[in-house]
Amino acid sequence: MSAIDKLFQRLKAEGKKAFMPFVTAGDPNLEFTAAMLRRLDAEGCHLAELGIPYSDPIADGPVIQASYTRSLNGGTKLNGIFAMASDVTAEISMPIVTMVSYAIIYRMGIDEYLRQAIAAGISGAIVPDMPVDESDELAAKCKLLDFSLIQLITPTTPRDRAVQIAEQTTGFIYYVSITGITGERTELPSDLADNLKWLRSVTDLPICVGFGISKLEHVEVLKPVADGLIVGSAIVRRIAAATNDQSKNQDVMDDVGGFAQGMLSAIND
Amino acid sequence: MTSHFLPEPSPDASLPDEKGRFGEFGGRFVPETLIAALDQLETEYYQSRKDPAFQAELDVLLRDFVGRPSPLYFAKRLTEHCGGAQIWFKREDLNHTGAHKINSTLGQALLTMRMGKKRVIAETGAGQHGVATATACAHFGIPCVIYMGEEDIRRQQPNVQSMKMLGAEICPVTTGSRTLRDAVNQAMRDWMSSVGETHYILGSVVGPHPFPLIVRDYQAVIGRETIRQSQERFGRLPDAVVACVGGGSNAAGMFYPFVAETDVPLVGVEAGGESDQPGRHASSLTFGKPGVLHGSFSYVLQDEDGQTDDVHSASAGLDYPGVGPEHSHWKSTGRVEYRSCRDDEALAAFDLVARNEGILPALETSHAIAKGMEVAKERGKDEVVIICLSGRGDKDAGEIQRLKNEATARRI
Repeated sequence: MSAIDKLFQRLKAEGKKAFMPFVTAGDPNLEFTAAMLRRLDAEGCHLAELGIPYSDPIADGPVIQASYTRSLNGGTKLNGIFAMASDVTAEISMPIVTMVSYAIIYRMGIDEYLRQAIAAGISGAIVPDMPVDESDELAAKCKLLDFSLIQLITPTTPRDRAVQIAEQTTGFIYYVSITGITGERTELPSDLADNLKWLRSVTDLPICVGFGISKLEHVEVLKPVADGLIVGSAIVRRIAAATNDQSKNQDVMDDVGGFAQGMLSAIND
Repeated sequence: MTSHFLPEPSPDASLPDEKGRFGEFGGRFVPETLIAALDQLETEYYQSRKDPAFQAELDVLLRDFVGRPSPLYFAKRLTEHCGGAQIWFKREDLNHTGAHKINSTLGQALLTMRMGKKRVIAETGAGQHGVATATACAHFGIPCVIYMGEEDIRRQQPNVQSMKMLGAEICPVTTGSRTLRDAVNQAMRDWMSSVGETHYILGSVVGPHPFPLIVRDYQAVIGRETIRQSQERFGRLPDAVVACVGGGSNAAGMFYPFVAETDVPLVGVEAGGESDQPGRHASSLTFGKPGVLHGSFSYVLQDEDGQTDDVHSASAGLDYPGVGPEHSHWKSTGRVEYRSCRDDEALAAFDLVARNEGILPALETSHAIAKGMEVAKERGKDEVVIICLSGRGDKDAGEIQRLKNEATARRI
């Protein structure tokens, strides 16, 4: 049983939902990312998604794209990310999963990527450009290592295919709330709750919802039908104000910490 | 009646396979959001191949609107200059809109309507695909948005003006290197949000399955005509065929019908830029490694972390860090030889063809001509080398003058 399975088992027993912030590794530098992950853990966040910066992210909106560019321009490398994660995961209780392009995994090699990620205390991966049809090899290797491979289901996914994806997924299902790229939205689709109810009826896996979520109103709509909420751009936008001088970043840390606290109490009030 | 222009049964009918793979290359590495649209496109495309009405409509358009078949032309003075094999040009530059791109955009515009989609998006580098897409959309009355990098907007102004006159909306792309690769990213992002009502008319044999298949099939009219014209002119096939490769659409269309003709050497020419150093060229097959970019597994220029390298070419259409998966397959099987051509070699070939033949070739095409002349020099006078003259160079006049002024300034 992976750290993610244990997390959701515990939350279920407690009748709670997960709040899962996304942060870009190395934006503006890895020292900040490490401090941010510790802070989010201290606030009580349940799981963090660590975005591995990629040069050509086609599923991401301007906010996350810009954070990837800042990170790569700052010289962030995979080995540095794993070294940072290794230090942080030893001290915190929330599991970390990487959001990572298959371009990056393939270049390093699936076996080597999994070896380094697991050595760094990372619990799973979301690979947004690897649909289920291409995931056999990676999924098989992840299963052997009890490393969660979280797959995505979207509003455009036909229902028979959604069932197939759910069967291939471990950890939790990432349900993409909207047809589009990442970024804060004012409103979520009106059929979102119905789609989640249907998905709930065909799988026992935890279902977490991401893309577009940023507001307390979104939490109210999704709380009854989801096991967790993922928030990316609303956090990354706040982190964009951080500087390379960590002594001057307390305001940003508090801004993100306060936002996370607000979302956490809305989810589990 | 069999169609003049549309795909005949593939010489290697198993490729791509049902997962969109050419050997190990190809596939679909895109967000789940796009999968249903790719499935729909694949289904409609295969159905359209069997639909005589669809084929007939495209046949008439290619004849009366594009002006096909394009001529096979003997470049007599260039041949004399080189002193080797006869050099012949397949004149795709004489197509309506001045390049091969229109062969694919008309077919894809018909597919757009067949799928009931109401809007078209496209990326463009040199602007030829943008103009061809805007033209097809104007012809059918489909709204269209073209994504183009700011750097390419600067260096391909004439095409930008044409697209606007044809009613297309141009979206400047300001991220990354502000060239073709970034335009593809931005078009993909648009498609992620608009996929229900929008078709993405991809310009090259790149991207997720079925794009490499569809674009190759629509461009294969080039190679089929060339085979027929060779039989008529020479009573046999040519001794070598040369085409430039960025994403690789004109080369795929030229080479595909020749792949089964294993006696005919095929030479693809990549952009060698300024040097062999990373970032200073765009030769994915020559210097790259297999990897993932823009939805496909193919040769790509990346660093050790899988981040896409910056690339350079004087020609906007070849300034791309990836290449179509079928080209990767042809490289791995050895069926096609890929060479790399530097900016200055291409510019010299441009001058030579302009002054000796009275033809202004596109900068992209000039790469094929430079290496085609090399191939001709390696061969005897009774042999025939055919170069795909993929596009006209009027669009490049300003940029070529600027590059020459720069070169002169460096010498002083």
